[in-house]
Amino acid sequence: MVQWTDFERATIQNIFGKIDYEDVGPAAFGRCLVVYPWTQRYFGNFGNLYNAAAIQANPMVAAHGKTVLRGLDKAVKNMDDIKATYAELSVLHSEKLHVDPDNFRLLADCLTIVVASRMGSDFTADVQAAFQKFLAVVVSSLGRQYH
Amino acid sequence: MSLSAKDKANVKSIWNKILPKSDDIGDQALSRMLVVYPQTKTYFSHFADLTPGSAQVRKHGDTIMNKIDDCVNHMDDLVSYLSSLSELHATKLRVDPANFKILAHSLLVVVAAYLPNDFTPEIHLSVDKFLQQIALALSEKYR
Repeated sequence: MVQWTDFERATIQNIFGKIDYEDVGPAAFGRCLVVYPWTQRYFGNFGNLYNAAAIQANPMVAAHGKTVLRGLDKAVKNMDDIKATYAELSVLHSEKLHVDPDNFRLLADCLTIVVASRMGSDFTADVQAAFQKFLAVVVSSLGRQYH
Repeated sequence: MSLSAKDKANVKSIWNKILPKSDDIGDQALSRMLVVYPQTKTYFSHFADLTPGSAQVRKHGDTIMNKIDDCVNHMDDLVSYLSSLSELHATKLRVDPANFKILAHSLLVVVAAYLPNDFTPEIHLSVDKFLQQIALALSEKYR
């Protein structure tokens, strides 16, 4: 089981309490599609992903970004059993969506960068460490049911 | 994933904004890396003080940023420009190349925090590619 320090727990609750899911979700997901264009492979039915402007204006991208953040919220509320929380989602991503788990890491990196840009100097090294640890657990759990 | 003309223009444009804060950004990036990825401290056992913002860390952050700044002006010939630095990293420092990605990520996070409005996804893409090209050039002599 993952051990969380008091600082880490507080930091995660604090960050997710502060950020606007409707802003950060679309920003992070859109950024991922721009910076790592091969991730677009999973979104053939999303319409126009032709360039950065189109991606950022795309309503399906925005909607999916919000979905992802709401999904993350589950882990925020269940930090002591993220693995179980994401068991079903992991099966879904493996069996139905066929997503290469490395993509979770790419999205996590984009999320870190977007949160850094929203929090500025409040996103200290210690806060970043806690946030990345949390995301690493999420990423690991989402890849857990692959076989 | 080589640099297009647009990438080079993007890198130059954001770098003009990074330059005035280069010292702070370099210090932040390196300090942050040592905290967030403690395994990177193994390469700095010869530093007396690895706490964020220490004089040695600051100085080394400067060294790195100054070199990256030079690379901005050598985007067309990174491999040859970084040849002797690659030799150093390969034979003397022997830094596992995976760490270049780690430092690159730390730098991107700091730039995002300092320049949130300028660090758009397109700029992010170009800078990420640029830093990966530097990493590649630095790894050139490894084997």
